[in-house]
Amino acid sequence: MNLWQFMMQNRLEVVELTLEHLWLVGISTLISVVIGVPLGILITRWPALNKPILGGANVIQTIPSLALFGFLLPAPWFGERADRMAIFALTLYALLPLIQNTYAGIKGVDPAVVEAGRGMGMTDRQLLFQVQLPLALGVIIAGIRVATVISVGLATIAAAIGAGGLGEYIFRGLAMVSNAVILAGAIPAAILALLADFGFGLLETSLTPKS
Amino acid sequence: MPHEFAIEFRNVSYRLDGSRELLHGLSFGVQRGETLVLLGKSGSGKTTSLKLINNLASPSQGDVLVDGRSTREWDVIRLRRMIGYVIQEVGLFPHFTVERNIALVPKIENWPSQRIAQRVRELLSLVGLEPKLAMRYPRELSGGQKQRVGVARALAADPPILLMDEPFGALDPITRAEMQKEFASLQKRLNKTVVFVTHDLREALLLATRIALMEDGRLMAIQTPQEFLKSEEPFTRAYVAAFGSDLRS
Repeated sequence: MNLWQFMMQNRLEVVELTLEHLWLVGISTLISVVIGVPLGILITRWPALNKPILGGANVIQTIPSLALFGFLLPAPWFGERADRMAIFALTLYALLPLIQNTYAGIKGVDPAVVEAGRGMGMTDRQLLFQVQLPLALGVIIAGIRVATVISVGLATIAAAIGAGGLGEYIFRGLAMVSNAVILAGAIPAAILALLADFGFGLLETSLTPKS
Repeated sequence: MPHEFAIEFRNVSYRLDGSRELLHGLSFGVQRGETLVLLGKSGSGKTTSLKLINNLASPSQGDVLVDGRSTREWDVIRLRRMIGYVIQEVGLFPHFTVERNIALVPKIENWPSQRIAQRVRELLSLVGLEPKLAMRYPRELSGGQKQRVGVARALAADPPILLMDEPFGALDPITRAEMQKEFASLQKRLNKTVVFVTHDLREALLLATRIALMEDGRLMAIQTPQEFLKSEEPFTRAYVAAFGSDLRS
């Protein structure tokens, strides 16, 4: 059976697994933005936290994903449902690019602009929301872009713990020694990654202030 | 009764977190409505002194008084909003239009939008910019236009005090001379208390009511432009000599 026949016969399942995949990536990226951006802001304010936070996020990156999924299996609330474990792990991996880019984006704002704002009596909060974050937005979006593309690939491994997504086909194909089934998972995953890259790329360009 | 000086330094020293002292025992006053020029070489402490006034830095010893009250006691946000601040790099917000840049302080002070719009029009004409520039972004302006917007932004909420840190230093010589003349005539009308930092003696002579000469974080002399040119004090003479003999013309 070739790839095309397999995908046509299982088109509903292909759609379902793709949606699952998007869910895993979407939710985990969203959570990592909610956590990572404030952490990135935090370390611009308290440089002492810079090393522990960036170092911690770096260490997480070095844990092989399959091993991290394995570690989570016996965890209480996470271990109960595979998708929770997958989302948790993907969130952890996405943190580094988000913290790093938020930090770099804010630090990259022209110091003269910040000093002018501060000198005119803007409060820290006004400076952050009206000046630093808007000017760092392009760089932060670039971080979300990287995180998403990495997540789309990593999420295929989540199928190993039964979290679903397009990795199902890849693992099934490996077991069946069927290239067609592997590709039925790999090709849609690659397309998702490219679309995410392209979409966030457009967003990044439109939100980066011209200078 | 208003305090005698708009700004007063009382035996002010400044040290940057445990490193060497940058300013040593500065004492002087700035009278209301005068333009005091802080003149000196790079690293003489002019900019640091300026930043002590709007509390972007605070003294290690002594007090800086604004309107008779120490900057330590001022609410820092209130203090800065009554002091206009213009810097050499201008520091316009690149993601704001000219209009929003000028309107910055009125906006955070919650002025009604009609009053803001009117004020922006007034300021554009005051600094000699066409009204149609209001909708432009800073990247679409020339260096001279940017600095005019910087001056307009600093004047927006009509602060009684204006701090200017080499505001015309990055401009080409022709634009620079033009801006200096315009600022001199603007200052005659506005009557603000101005502290102006420069290393350019010609600029100081043109704009100053009094010139404060600084060297290595110390105040060497404080005198009117006429006194400055005639002074026998060696540091002042050296500064005058460095600028050549055609200054009196």
